Amino acid sequence: MSHDPQRLPMSITLARLSRPDWGVSARAGGFCKLMTGGESNDPMPLLEASGLSYSRNDEPVFGPLDFRLHAGEVLLIEGDNGSGKTTLLRVLSGLLAPGGGSIRLNGEDLTMARLSHQVALLGHQPGLKADLTPLENLDFAIGVFGLRGGITPHLALASVGLEGYEEVPVRQLSAGQKKRVSLARLLLVPAALWLLDEPYANLDREGIDLVNRLLDAQARRGGAALVTSHGAYVFTTGSPRRLPLRATA
Amino acid sequence: MRYGTNASACAAVVRRDLLLTWRRRGDALNPALFAIIVVVLFPLALGPEPNQLARISAGIVFVAILLAGLLALDTLFRGDHEDGSLEQLVLSPHPLPLLLGSKIAVHWLTTGLPLILVAPILAEMLHLPRSTLPALLAALALATPLLSLFGAVCVALTVGMRRSGMLLALLVLPLYVPVLIFAAGACNAAQSGLPFLAPLLWLGAALALALVLAPMACAAALRISIS
Amino acid sequence: MNTLTLWFHKFGSPPVFHRIAVRLAPWLFGIAVVSGLAALYGGLVAAPADYQQSDAYRIIFIHVPCAWMSLFAYFFMAANAFIALVWRIKISEILAMASAPVGAIFTAITLATGSIWGKPMWGTWWTWDARLTSELVLLFLYLGVIGLYNAIEDRRQAARAAAFLALVGIVNVPIVHFSVNWWNTLHQGSTVRLLGPSRIDESMLWPLLLMALATHVWFFASVLVRARVSLVELEGGKEWARQIALGKGEPA
Repeated sequence: MSHDPQRLPMSITLARLSRPDWGVSARAGGFCKLMTGGESNDPMPLLEASGLSYSRNDEPVFGPLDFRLHAGEVLLIEGDNGSGKTTLLRVLSGLLAPGGGSIRLNGEDLTMARLSHQVALLGHQPGLKADLTPLENLDFAIGVFGLRGGITPHLALASVGLEGYEEVPVRQLSAGQKKRVSLARLLLVPAALWLLDEPYANLDREGIDLVNRLLDAQARRGGAALVTSHGAYVFTTGSPRRLPLRATA
Repeated sequence: MRYGTNASACAAVVRRDLLLTWRRRGDALNPALFAIIVVVLFPLALGPEPNQLARISAGIVFVAILLAGLLALDTLFRGDHEDGSLEQLVLSPHPLPLLLGSKIAVHWLTTGLPLILVAPILAEMLHLPRSTLPALLAALALATPLLSLFGAVCVALTVGMRRSGMLLALLVLPLYVPVLIFAAGACNAAQSGLPFLAPLLWLGAALALALVLAPMACAAALRISIS
Repeated sequence: MNTLTLWFHKFGSPPVFHRIAVRLAPWLFGIAVVSGLAALYGGLVAAPADYQQSDAYRIIFIHVPCAWMSLFAYFFMAANAFIALVWRIKISEILAMASAPVGAIFTAITLATGSIWGKPMWGTWWTWDARLTSELVLLFLYLGVIGLYNAIEDRRQAARAAAFLALVGIVNVPIVHFSVNWWNTLHQGSTVRLLGPSRIDESMLWPLLLMALATHVWFFASVLVRARVSLVELEGGKEWARQIALGKGEPA
């Protein structure tokens, strides 16, 4: 977990998928802030971070950041290596305690919200057992996280293009196919908020389209997602409003 | 939408870990094999004189099983940490101590239980009097889960390290000292015809306490070392 | 905020702690050396020889205070570890980790002097006496904390992991002591009791207590100096630490 000592800027892109005509305004001062402009009766955001920061050994990794994420939104966090994207997602998932500020999920404190099945994290590691088949891995995820309605492991694997690989040990799959199994896990678990760390890595063009389709579907059914990318892949779903913002200088 | 219960989450952990052990069932024999090898070394070093071996046999069996358990500890979280599934486990909405408790239980089933099963062979190799065998097995049945539980707390602290073998031994052995004393003490008492129930009861009390506290401590330690 | 928390936050602020440590440490070392020398004079010269052990008993003036310190340092470390884990106070992390090597050295001295004492008394360098064995396990506990602290790269994470281990250890210390006592009675019968609780003469008591004072003060002085150094290392990026490192003296 070593970080580049020289911190690089991180930008946040907000893509509103379901309601693309919403206004987005930004105010960048000592911190970056995303807020909806001209919205008088703002619905309760799914995720709300205020003054969120994290430091490792007193070296600030990111923040303070303020942002809100409503149901139906996908937030793209762009930044170079070492800009703290992964750390941000780990803080938002509750794996790391924030150094400062607060995170609220559906208006609740993070730790409580996590107990109510709100967050699913896709990290750098796929989180799969190489000795088990995709189906067995997904069964484990369902046991530990729960199951979304109207979907089965077979359906999920089919929708990520892994039909016919249900019984093949994961160790025999390619890196991209493993990623697809992790994506199938996201489809199965009933989390409203997806935290995806570099979901486009290891994927071919078709796979990138798949991620975008899944994000679109997640937004349409009232979920939300935070996606990190170091900028090499284009975020193509719909015609998203992009808002590059710099984190603390 | 089905969120699952704590019980179903634990069942999923148990099922997966048992399945994983089954897929690599060759590795599961290693701790027992190691214990046998350690025990073989003692007669070679001390000489084959049965009376002498019988006198120290219980102690040797316990030390061999303790060392085998120590070596087996490494596998408790290493794989899960390397492939990222430990993170998923921590993120689960179900209580982490419960899930870790299930993991530790499976770990004991797959490493501790084989050691108990191999113990009569070890005892026979060292000419332990047959009458002492029940005490030995009872002490092992109480001591090996304790070793797994204490060990899990220490493994959780070293989970991110690449080479943790020696350090793990240093962290774990002071915790094992009381277990070893009472377990071997019970056998020695039985061997010399003294009452041996008291140390076994102490072990049982420690096990009851550790069953509750160790998974919680393990969860707290894990949260520190994955941060 | 009550006075205690206020005091905690004030003392817990790194520059303030650093300033206090710099001012206090020389005085503490001075007191420790002076009282230690006085106690040595009292113990080695002024006190009469024991009627049973003659002059060999005089090692208790080092052995016993060090044995007390080995436990005291562990409690101090565990208390700071608790504060560090619960309230996440950085100074407590540093104090806990600074006291581990000092406590380990006191434990090692206890074992060494105990073994030197054992040679004339028991005729052997080492005996599996209950107290010696407990002390040995205590040394392993210290070494585990130090080893874990040094094995993790991230300093704060290392301190928290080692602090957790120290807390596990503090639960373990009485259990080890109890089990070793039980084991000892099982194997050896009663051990040789060299020091009855109240059989000590006053001429021997005051050097002992003075030496206990000296070791305590030395412990705190040593911990302060160690903590100060790790604090400057940890806060190397901060302005106040930079000023000290550049030799510009204490910031106002």
